[in-house]
Amino acid sequence: MSNETVQDYVVAHGRAKSFYERFERKDELQHQTHFCPGCGHGTVHKMLARVIDELGIQDRTILVGPVGCGVFTYYYFDVGNISAAHGRAPAVATAVKRSRPGSIVIGYQGDGDLSAIGSAEILHAANRGEHVSLIFINNAVYSMTGGQAAPTTLLGQKTTTTPFGRSAANEGYPMHVCELLATLDAPVYIERVGLGDNRQAMQASRAIRRAIENQVNGLGFSLIEVLAPCPTIWKKTPVEAQRWVRDEMEKVYPLGVYCDRTKARMEAGLTQPAVAPTLDQLPGILGVAEADLPEGNAAALVADKPVDLQVRVAGFGGQGVLLLGEVLAEAGLDAGLDVSWLPSYGPEMRSGTSNCHVRLSRKPIDSPLVAAPNLLVAMNEPSLRKFDRAVRDGGWVIYDGDEFPADCVREGLHTFAAPFTRIADELGNKRAANMVMLGSLLEIASVLPEASVAAALHRMVKNPRWMELDERAIARGRELYRASLKEMVSA
Amino acid sequence: MAEGKKPDRGQLRIDEAECKGCGLCIEACPAKVIAMGEGLNHYGYRTAVYAGAGCTGCGICFMICPEPGAITVYRLVSAAGAATTTDSAKGATACASN
Repeated sequence: MSNETVQDYVVAHGRAKSFYERFERKDELQHQTHFCPGCGHGTVHKMLARVIDELGIQDRTILVGPVGCGVFTYYYFDVGNISAAHGRAPAVATAVKRSRPGSIVIGYQGDGDLSAIGSAEILHAANRGEHVSLIFINNAVYSMTGGQAAPTTLLGQKTTTTPFGRSAANEGYPMHVCELLATLDAPVYIERVGLGDNRQAMQASRAIRRAIENQVNGLGFSLIEVLAPCPTIWKKTPVEAQRWVRDEMEKVYPLGVYCDRTKARMEAGLTQPAVAPTLDQLPGILGVAEADLPEGNAAALVADKPVDLQVRVAGFGGQGVLLLGEVLAEAGLDAGLDVSWLPSYGPEMRSGTSNCHVRLSRKPIDSPLVAAPNLLVAMNEPSLRKFDRAVRDGGWVIYDGDEFPADCVREGLHTFAAPFTRIADELGNKRAANMVMLGSLLEIASVLPEASVAAALHRMVKNPRWMELDERAIARGRELYRASLKEMVSA
Repeated sequence: MAEGKKPDRGQLRIDEAECKGCGLCIEACPAKVIAMGEGLNHYGYRTAVYAGAGCTGCGICFMICPEPGAITVYRLVSAAGAATTTDSAKGATACASN
């Protein structure tokens, strides 16, 4: 071909600009995809890249890649890319779209990914009407893993896990995702297309464009299911595989539009995607804005001694076990420590057992679990017996009872027993027993400044009547422990 | 191309290194001007080959082909728009160099 004969020609159909020039994959193969010859993924990738080019959205497109053969979207598409765990692309896409409402978020999933492992995610993303576009590649089989049956496998189709062909009695019927999602009220556009011949492929290209356009126009959820050939796993030539899409798959999965609310939504006015709060807004929402916080007491932290409190608080539900832990953690936070608070309770709201793990440390906390506490608060005997053996040597047990059970005493274990509930009752309400115990705990640990405790209490307890009682209860708890020390000295 | 004969409406370039020889373009081409080549490329694939004439520039082979840039389709610029962009010249040069 000489220059003269070709210079009257212009590129009409060429490599999309949304593809990288070179793909960052295996050394010698950076000029081609990893897909097998005749793979449906390659064709759909090109359609998608072309739409991104034509709509001029490359700079604001974020592609959520799947698990499966389609996993390497980030090798090919020069757009924002995120890989989602198997089946979770709709959930990840939701998060991306809500945090960056101006972006165009496209989920790309196969049938094992979307219709099996991620069936919950897709259903709920569709039901919420998330403002994302999803491309669903259906090849009726788990291809990347070697051809196991998927929910979309056709009846009678042989796979490695249905060697005699899929039977309805054993593996159920092929799952019709488009039909299923079309029963929901939220989706804007759902269409099934195929790659079975030229006509089908043209329609597929148009449908993908429509799904992305809907998002660009600010409409909600769109999903395009593409019946795609997998010559390798189907053990067919690419041309035979293409025919199989048209002759066999299409019978089970009829092509067409299953839901189109584009016009109605346009007329109703655009619905804006739900937007996640920005980072600056979070403190206000959580009530920890600078203005709401008490003065930092970090400097007031008692002495410079190392702090590593590992506390387990245990009792019955309703005794205030969790609140005790929360106030302790909150006070630690106020004093500038690293803290963690982990509740652990049964399904009952009252009278079940309940406990929490609290850690306060000067160093970053690796795990919020407290398996071996150095401080145990046991609000009743069963809780004491459940956890006392776990307490470290040299650790403390604070027990609500007249006497510490003799058989729980062991060497190296410090104990402090007092009838906290009765004392709280005398103060005004037995439900303040947890705060009396907290008072003793604070006195024993003696690392947190009183101002931090007061600030924490102020934040956790809103009712002024309780606030006043709790303050008295904590003070009483401190007194109790100090009095016991004096007794020991005089004894 | 013989002198005086009307030029084809389209031109086709198949990148031998990128083509994996699936043959979908051969099946798809309405004008039937693509065929499977006889030789193997560097990676061991028999690749699709353009017959050299008869392309209508419809672009169906490009759309069906699973590889991003294995096929490039060029379209004849009409006499009126002949002096369009430098892009066309570039494309043509690239085409010629292959």
